[in-house]
Amino acid sequence: MSLVSFDDVGKTYRSLQGVDYQAVEHFSAEIEVGEFFCLLGPSGCGKTTVLKMLAGFEAPTSGQILMGGRPVTGAGRDRAVVFQGDDSLYGWLTAIENVEFGLRLRHVGKAERRQRAMHYLKLVGLGGQEQKYPAELSGGMKQRIQIARVLANEPQMLLMDEPFAALDAQTRSLMQLELANIWQATRTTVLFITHDIDEAVTLGKRIGVMEAGPRSRVKGVVEVALDGARRRTDDAFLRYYKQVYEMIRDEVAKSIARAD
Amino acid sequence: MPTPDTATHRSALIGVPGRAARRLWSAYGGYALGFVSLFLIWQWASLYLVSSVLFPPPTIVFRKALVLVRNGVLLEHLSASLQRILAGFIAGSLLGVPIGLAMGSFRPVRKLLEPYTEFLRFIPSVAMITVAVIWFGIGEASKIFLIIYTTIFIVILNTAAGVSAIAPNKIRAAQSLGATRTQIFFHVALPATVPYILTGMRLAMANSFTTIVAAELIAANDGLGKMLWDGRLFMLVDEIFVSLVTLGLLGFVTDRMFRWSIYTFAGKYSPAT
Repeated sequence: MSLVSFDDVGKTYRSLQGVDYQAVEHFSAEIEVGEFFCLLGPSGCGKTTVLKMLAGFEAPTSGQILMGGRPVTGAGRDRAVVFQGDDSLYGWLTAIENVEFGLRLRHVGKAERRQRAMHYLKLVGLGGQEQKYPAELSGGMKQRIQIARVLANEPQMLLMDEPFAALDAQTRSLMQLELANIWQATRTTVLFITHDIDEAVTLGKRIGVMEAGPRSRVKGVVEVALDGARRRTDDAFLRYYKQVYEMIRDEVAKSIARAD
Repeated sequence: MPTPDTATHRSALIGVPGRAARRLWSAYGGYALGFVSLFLIWQWASLYLVSSVLFPPPTIVFRKALVLVRNGVLLEHLSASLQRILAGFIAGSLLGVPIGLAMGSFRPVRKLLEPYTEFLRFIPSVAMITVAVIWFGIGEASKIFLIIYTTIFIVILNTAAGVSAIAPNKIRAAQSLGATRTQIFFHVALPATVPYILTGMRLAMANSFTTIVAAELIAANDGLGKMLWDGRLFMLVDEIFVSLVTLGLLGFVTDRMFRWSIYTFAGKYSPAT
């Protein structure tokens, strides 16, 4: 059963000089309930635009997006967002106060929200750091706070916009592993945006490969039939890597050529 | 090379007071030296460089200050000025913060009020002394009006700038966590703006000193500005210098206190992240 469906979605931006830029056009995709869907594409292909439209931050210029059968009209707590940088965290709140932010908005009692926030902080490996402010934590820890914050709000779906892109390679692969474990445990539907093939094959159940922008759309979808722990050195992993790589190679070349 | 053992032994010999003194020195030592050198250079310049009654050395100024403290004159002028500054500063901030928040949050409000703020803030408060005295007389009302006038635009501008500097992702995150518009205002926009509000207030405080002295120079029965003016009229150079030094110290102390209270009560509202 599909939870989200993008139906022939297009988005046109108008620049300050009045020039139109069609970021995505005829974009169609389905995301199933409980699946980990990776949207992979070269930089500037409109991946983030797709996420922003599903999140309700921006409206599509054509087509429609359905969530649970109903058109998306604005942001809502059924679709939680993990942002790329750390500027979405509240610097005046401690780690645990950031995590319980959504619960506080709904007036959940203090004892209960502390307990629930603590549960998710421990789940992302931040037990013992709850009284620190974001500025006192490393980049990886800040992304963990973001993940705990959205999980504590118990959304129907997570939208993740290159959440690990700014992290160093070691931290990134550790975070990928932990996210895979969290997803195994919670089975929340995830839309994960990335430009990293390795990350997509490591995490995704299905990978939607996008064309180079402008007027980008889904070029094809790869179903990753791997379970549990995925090792980068396994033959099957490498086969998927190669398959996705071949789909995206031309697109990356196009996007670089257009940027010149 | 000392082994860890001898190191502990030595610090045990020096004891905690030694360490406390060192910490005190690293925190305030530079300050103390700076102030001492300031007064030493002043003393030297007055005695050997200028050597005129028109530029008294600090020793004479402090002796005069002591006399004025004993007979209560200095305290009277000081408290008059300080009360005016505080009343106007608090009223101006209380008015400026909500106006700045409204201007930063709603475009129509900004369009409507910008002509006022952009026009009035270029009329210096010193220039407004004339009308203030005509409207409110030479009593407290005109001084408090002028300090409000000095404070309000700086606070409005900084607050509005703070609101527009909020990272869009902070608002978006709150929306996706289910926040209403009112909740976004109180839980995100307001706390994110606090550092800008405090900076605006600190700048306004410094400007209030300029305004109050100018206003008291022209029309007042008491205050540090009046003391300066009387000193000029009666050629009491020592008293002029007492007033000047008092202004400097008062400004320094209030600014430090303001910084300290920001650090103590609002330290978590640091502009970072």
